[in-house]
Amino acid sequence: MKIEITMTVNGETVRETVEPRLSLADFLRDRLGLTATHLGCEMGACGACLVLLGGKAVHSCLTLAAQADGEVIETLEGLNERGVIADLQAAFHDRNALQCGYCTPGMIVTAHALLADNHTPGRHEIRDALSGNYCRCTGYEAIVDAIEATAVQRMGEAAE
Amino acid sequence: MTAFPDTQAHIGQAHRRQNALRHIAGRGRFVTDIVLPRMVHAAFVRSPLAHGRIVGLDVEAALRAPGIIKVFTAAELNPTCTPWTGTLDHFARMTSIAQNILADDVVLWAGQPVVMVIARSRAEAEDACELVVLDIEDDEPVVDGALALQADAVIAAPGLSSNLCYGTVLETAGVDRAFAEAAHVVEAEFVFGRHTAVTLEPRAIIADFDASTGQLTVHQGTQTPYQFQDVYARHFGLNEGQVRVIAPDVGGSFGMKLHVYHEEMGAVAASKLLGRPVRFVADRLEAFLSDIHARDHKVTARMAVASDGRITAMEVDDLTQVGAFSSYPRTSAVEGNQVIRLMGGPYAMPDYRGRLSVVFQNKVQTSQYRAVGHPIACAVTEVLVDRAAEALELDPFDMRARNVVADNAYPHVSATGYQFEKLSHEACLTRLREIMDYDSLRAEQAALRKQGIHRGIGIAPFVEITNPGAAFYGVGGARISAQDGAIVKLTPAGDVQCMISVTEQGQGTETIIAQVVADQLGVAPDRVKVITGDTDTTPSGGATWACRGAGIGGETALRAGRKLRDQILALAGQILQADPGGLALSGGNVIDAVTGAPRMALAEIGRIATYRPDTLPRGSDNSLTAVHHFAPGGYPFDFTNGVQASYVEVDVETGLVKLLKHWVVEDCGRIINPLLVDEQIRGGVVQGLGAAFFEECLYDDAGQLTNGSLADYLVPMAGEMPDIEIAHVETPTLDTILGAKGVGEAGTAAAGAAAMNAVNDALRPFAARISQTPMTPVRILQALGHI
Repeated sequence: MKIEITMTVNGETVRETVEPRLSLADFLRDRLGLTATHLGCEMGACGACLVLLGGKAVHSCLTLAAQADGEVIETLEGLNERGVIADLQAAFHDRNALQCGYCTPGMIVTAHALLADNHTPGRHEIRDALSGNYCRCTGYEAIVDAIEATAVQRMGEAAE
Repeated sequence: MTAFPDTQAHIGQAHRRQNALRHIAGRGRFVTDIVLPRMVHAAFVRSPLAHGRIVGLDVEAALRAPGIIKVFTAAELNPTCTPWTGTLDHFARMTSIAQNILADDVVLWAGQPVVMVIARSRAEAEDACELVVLDIEDDEPVVDGALALQADAVIAAPGLSSNLCYGTVLETAGVDRAFAEAAHVVEAEFVFGRHTAVTLEPRAIIADFDASTGQLTVHQGTQTPYQFQDVYARHFGLNEGQVRVIAPDVGGSFGMKLHVYHEEMGAVAASKLLGRPVRFVADRLEAFLSDIHARDHKVTARMAVASDGRITAMEVDDLTQVGAFSSYPRTSAVEGNQVIRLMGGPYAMPDYRGRLSVVFQNKVQTSQYRAVGHPIACAVTEVLVDRAAEALELDPFDMRARNVVADNAYPHVSATGYQFEKLSHEACLTRLREIMDYDSLRAEQAALRKQGIHRGIGIAPFVEITNPGAAFYGVGGARISAQDGAIVKLTPAGDVQCMISVTEQGQGTETIIAQVVADQLGVAPDRVKVITGDTDTTPSGGATWACRGAGIGGETALRAGRKLRDQILALAGQILQADPGGLALSGGNVIDAVTGAPRMALAEIGRIATYRPDTLPRGSDNSLTAVHHFAPGGYPFDFTNGVQASYVEVDVETGLVKLLKHWVVEDCGRIINPLLVDEQIRGGVVQGLGAAFFEECLYDDAGQLTNGSLADYLVPMAGEMPDIEIAHVETPTLDTILGAKGVGEAGTAAAGAAAMNAVNDALRPFAARISQTPMTPVRILQALGHI
C-alpha cells in the first residue's frame, strides 16, 4: 500500500507517493535529495535529523513522512537559502563551532529554534537547549560560544 | 639574506576553515549522501550468540522476498577475498586467527556477520534478513580476560592454543632494589571500561566494481584511503592501479574508521560479484556491535617513592582484553604496548617493570582509538602520584614539580625506553598553576567543605606520541605508510593547488596545509586549494592517524612548497633576466628580495609558462608543479607534552559528579593555527571525560552487549560538559623545519586522569577511593560505602 502526501518543503510544494513506514528523514534525503538532514541514531537521541515542522524543531527520524502531509517543513537548506541564519552561520564559522560537520545541521536548527523563543539565553540555557544534540568532535564549548555571540549581536542590533 | 623571510604571516594565525562553509550551508557530502546508478543496498544477518557453531542456515525465504537481488553466505562470498590476519612481526610470538567476510562454521562474537543480503533498498534488505533461519549450537563464551588465562579456560576461537594474543615484559635492572629501598610504596588496582568511538556518522561504504574495465572505486568514510587501496588490491587480487579509494566528508573517525571490517570487505566482494555499486551504511546498533571497541583494561600497579618525594620506580601489570581475534592491519596489541611504555612518561623515574598480557575473548574486536593507550597509562601513573603525595603529605603540584624531568635536562630517555627530544613539563606546571589560580581554588574547596559541599581538584601531566616514523608499523611488516606526499602547483592564472596525502575529518587539515603552502609561496591561504582523500588524485601517504597530519603532513607541504618556490624564482629570473637569489615571493608577486618592490605577478608567470613558453629562453624549465615526499627521520616520535586539571563537585548522597571547569596547558611545538589547536584539545578532553564518567559497552555473562543504542550508552552531551580553558607553551621540534608536533590526542590522553584525581580529592574526607572508569554514580556510592 502506498499513500499520496503533499507538503511544503523549503517553500516548494511537493507531492509524492510513499510507503506508510517511510520516515520523514528518509523522505527528505532519498526522495528530495535534501542531504543536510543527517541520520545518527534513528531513535531521536542524537539530534542530527532535526528539521522544522510548522516552525518547531522535530526529529525527522521519528516522524513519518505521512505525518507531515499538509505541513510546512524547513531544513537547513531552506534556512540557508532564506538568509535568516546568516549571522548564526557566520558565528559558527568564526568560532570553528564544527569539525566533521555531521551534527551541524541539527545544531543550527536547534540554535535557530532556541533563539526564536529566547532572545537572551545564558550559557547554561544554551547548554540545556543543546542537550538533545550529540557532537563527538567539538566538546560543545565552541557551539555554545557561537550561539551566545549570535544572541548578543542580535540584541545589540535590536537595541539600535 | 633577505628582508622577507620564508616564514610569513599565515603560519601561527587563527585562520578559519574554508571547508566548514559547506557544512554550515547544508552542503556537506558524506558517503551516506552519495547515490550511484544501479546502486544496491546491503544488510547483514548477524550471530545472536557470542560463541557457537552454525548447524543450520536456510536462506530460501529471504531469496523470495521483494526487492532481493542476492543473498550471500560464506561459501559464495569468502572465496573472492584472501583471509586477513592481524599480527605484527615486531611483536614477538603474537598470534591471531585469520579472518574472512562471513562466518562459515563458528561464530566468535554476538554481532558477527553470517549472511549478507543485497536488495534494492536497505529496508527491503532488512526485511529479508528477518526471513533467514540461522541455527547455532552455543558454546560457552569467554567474557572475562583474567579467567581467560586460567589453564582450564574455554578457548575463544578455534586454532588458538591459549587465549593469550601477545605478552611482553619491559624492565630495568634496578626495579626490585628500588621497591626494597622505598620509603613508601603505594599501589592500586584499576579497571578501565570498554567503550567505543560513536562517530555521529556511522561507518559507510559504497563499493563500485566495473567489470568492463576491472576498476574498483570505493567511496568510504575513512581516515586512510591509501591503506584501504592496498588492502582491497591485495585481498581481492587486483592491481593497485585498479583500485581507487575516495574519502569524501567523513562524519568523525577518531581511529575507528581506519581498521578493516568484515562488512566493508563484504561490500567490495559483493560489488565484484554483482558488477554494480553496493552500499553498506551501519545503523547505530550495528555500529555498537561491529565498530572496534577500545580500552578494556585491568591494571595492577605500584609506585616506589623516596622520603624526599622522588619517584624511584613503578611496577605495572596490564591485562588488555581484546576480541576473539586481533584487528587488521594495525593489530589489537598496540594499545596495551603503549600502556606499558607510557607509564611514568613525564617523570625522571629511573626504574620500571611493565608486564602486558593481551587476551582474547568473545566480544567485538578492540583496536586503536583516539589517544591509544595514553588515558590508561596517564590515569594509573597520576592516581599513584596523588597517593604518593598523600603518603608524603605533599601538595600534588609540589609532588609533580619534584619529579618531572627538568626542562633543561633534555634530551632524556624514559625508564620505558622512550626518547624525548625536548619537553616542557616545568613550564606547563607553572602556567597551569597561574591560569587555574590554584591557591584560590584550594581555599574555595576548604571553605565549601565546611558547608558540606565536596569539591575536588585533580591534575595530570602527560606526554603524547606524535609524528611516528616507520618503527610504528612498517618494521612489523604492515603496509602502512610512514611517509606522506604532496604535489603543489601554480595554475596558469596564478592560483595554487596542493594535492596531499594527509586527510580531513574536520580537524582542519586542509586549512593548515593551505597556511603552510601559502607562506612558502607568498600568497593568501584562501588562494591555496587543498585536495585530499582520493588515491587517484593525491600522492600516496600515511594520511591522518597517531597525530601525524600537522607534523608530517605540514612538513611535506612546506618542503613541496619550497621546491615550487625555487622553480618559480628560477623561471622568474630567466624572464626578468635577474638572479633568482635576489628575488622572493610575496603578496602574489615575485618581488625584489632587498627592496620588496614587485617585479611580476604570479599570474604573469603562469601565463607565460603556460601560453607563451615560446618566449622563454631556450632550454628553460617551465614546470609549475613540484612534488615532495617526506618521512620523519629524527627521533622515533616527536612527543607533545602538557598538563591538565579538573575541578569537580561530588554529591556524596547521589554519587553524581558535576564538572565545574577543566584546564589544559600543552606544548605541541610550533602552532600552525591556534583556533584549530584549541578546538582539537577541547574535543579531545570531552572524549576523555566521556570515558571517565559515562561511556561503557556493557556485556552480560553470555557475552551479549546490553546497551547498544544511544539511549542506553551514555555519551557526553553539552549540558554536562565544562568550559575548558587552554594555554600553550611552544617548544618546536628540531626534527623538522616546521617544528610542529601533533595535538589531536592530547586532550583525550589526560582528561580522565585529571578527573579521577579530582573525584578522589573530593572523596578524601570520606577515605573513599575510586579507580574504575567510567566513574558512574553507583561506583562512587560503592566507593563511599553507601551501597
